[in-house]
Amino acid sequence: MVTPLRTREGGPATGRPAFRRSRGEGPFRFATTGAGILLLAIMAAIAVFLIVKAVPALQANTSHFLTEKIWTPNSTKPVFGIAALAFGTVISSFLALIMALPVAIGVALFISHYAPRRLAGVLGYVIDLLAAVPSVVYGLWGVIFLIPFMKGPSTFLNTYFGWIPLFAGDAVYGKSILTGSIVLGIMILPIIAAISREVFLQAPTSLEEASLALGATRWEMIRMSVLPFGRPGVISAAMLGLGRAMGETIAVALIFPATFDITFKVLSANGNSIAANIANGFGEATPIGQGALIASGLVLFVITLVVNTAARLIIARRKEYSRAAA
Amino acid sequence: MTMSPVITPLAFSRRLKNRIVQGLVWLAFAIAVVPLVSVLWLVVKNGYARFDAEFLTHSMRNIGARDAGGGAYHAVLGTLEQVGLATLISVPIGLLTAVYLVEYGQGRRLSRSISFFVDVMTGIPSVVAGLFVLAFWVLVLGFGYSGFAGALALSILMMPTVVRSAEEMLRLVPNDLREASYALGVPKWKTITRIVLPTALTGIVTGVMLAIARVAGETAPLLLTVFITDSINTDPFTGPQMGLPLYVFDQAQRPNVTAVDRAWAGALTLILIVMLLNLVARLITWWRSPAKGR
Repeated sequence: MVTPLRTREGGPATGRPAFRRSRGEGPFRFATTGAGILLLAIMAAIAVFLIVKAVPALQANTSHFLTEKIWTPNSTKPVFGIAALAFGTVISSFLALIMALPVAIGVALFISHYAPRRLAGVLGYVIDLLAAVPSVVYGLWGVIFLIPFMKGPSTFLNTYFGWIPLFAGDAVYGKSILTGSIVLGIMILPIIAAISREVFLQAPTSLEEASLALGATRWEMIRMSVLPFGRPGVISAAMLGLGRAMGETIAVALIFPATFDITFKVLSANGNSIAANIANGFGEATPIGQGALIASGLVLFVITLVVNTAARLIIARRKEYSRAAA
Repeated sequence: MTMSPVITPLAFSRRLKNRIVQGLVWLAFAIAVVPLVSVLWLVVKNGYARFDAEFLTHSMRNIGARDAGGGAYHAVLGTLEQVGLATLISVPIGLLTAVYLVEYGQGRRLSRSISFFVDVMTGIPSVVAGLFVLAFWVLVLGFGYSGFAGALALSILMMPTVVRSAEEMLRLVPNDLREASYALGVPKWKTITRIVLPTALTGIVTGVMLAIARVAGETAPLLLTVFITDSINTDPFTGPQMGLPLYVFDQAQRPNVTAVDRAWAGALTLILIVMLLNLVARLITWWRSPAKGR
């Protein structure tokens, strides 16, 4: 139903209609703009309130927050620092990325260029299902299945590749940083694969056809036209995956050994991450302890913010990727 | 392929490389599927043992540390309430933001920064969202742990997903529809609410359901805001509640076989809920997709 146009005086329209703003327009516009601004405000509030609650704990800290390894914020003389946790977060996320990235690129290529056309959609959905499994289920799977299972492969790595510092050490455990990283890798695989797939699908068909017409094999066509086109997209997908791995909490809270050491020996029973420590330490935290955990969360927030922003900037710079950013 | 004399056959090394890469790509896909199959298989196999009527209708109240029995009724109830509340909070905000971005914000600086931060917000670790609500709602405002606090944390995680999917769907609505509506003298806001939104509705519903499925499995934010309880608490606004993911986390950490069995059954329930949401969402898209065959 549309009301007929009327003049400013309210009489029936004669000649050129005078435009009057509809009464609902203002409020509706205000509501939509307000919702958008609210989202920005939430982002700002996250930073502000984390800082507000972290500061008292940081003031009570008797050690240096950025360099201290020990985490005993609940004692009467609180000592805590982010060093070991941040190190564990970074090393486990990078390990996860190193394991997940090649597989994810393979999966993306498989779905975009190798799988039979009719199956591609279904196979893509199967990979997306990996992302649908809740983190706590991966954690449970890790604790009950993967930790005992990893004892064998870890011993193998330690025996034959012990000369690599990463796999060195006297004792080998299933409950290790490596096992946690594998689970992280599985969890970030679908994200990296999904974005890479979108980017690969957007490679200009004309280039692909041109290289095939010149006699290139399928691999040569992919190497020369698809991969160069997709590279920035894949890089940013990898960074988004890295950010996800750093923030992942519950699965690694169940799997990581939860000690406060800085070690490259990823097969040993040492290591932890910021997020895992928050989940494990929250239950018995005193007010200062909670503040300390919030401070560590702030560090995690800043790290992931930097990684994600960089990734988004890479995607946003290229208009061709517009559809891949979701 | 017939070989004309001018075309020489492909060099062996090139053919070999092509084959090797093809094999690797297939292998990558196989590797990716292995953990999925393993997880799903173990959850179904181990979860089946305790996935019974008692599990779905009883809480953990008065269940001793070593006792068998008990269930996740309180956790399922809590999850439904928390996720429901989170949806009620995040969908209006997310939808309005998407409308702003698509219909009003075109090319404005505010719109560009909102769009950018929505993307950044997708990457916020769920535990940080939990910490924020803990700091803001529980500690500074002093409301205490409750299902609603958990819902707040979940809604922060839902909002960017809802905005993104709704935005994409709104952009798919043909401009002709808008212009036809304007031509009839319909004001812009009415065009949006009567023409654009109904057209995009199925897509938006799909996006919302996928967002729900995503947060229904979140544990970390609930751990920090809802706390843990073994009893039934139907009121999401006062007192600690339970959530299904929390329940799995809690039971998985207990050393007894009976608890681990309950954890698996909880995981099975959770996966069934999440997969069902996913499946329904995909079916809606498949059924009424504006761009079929994508």
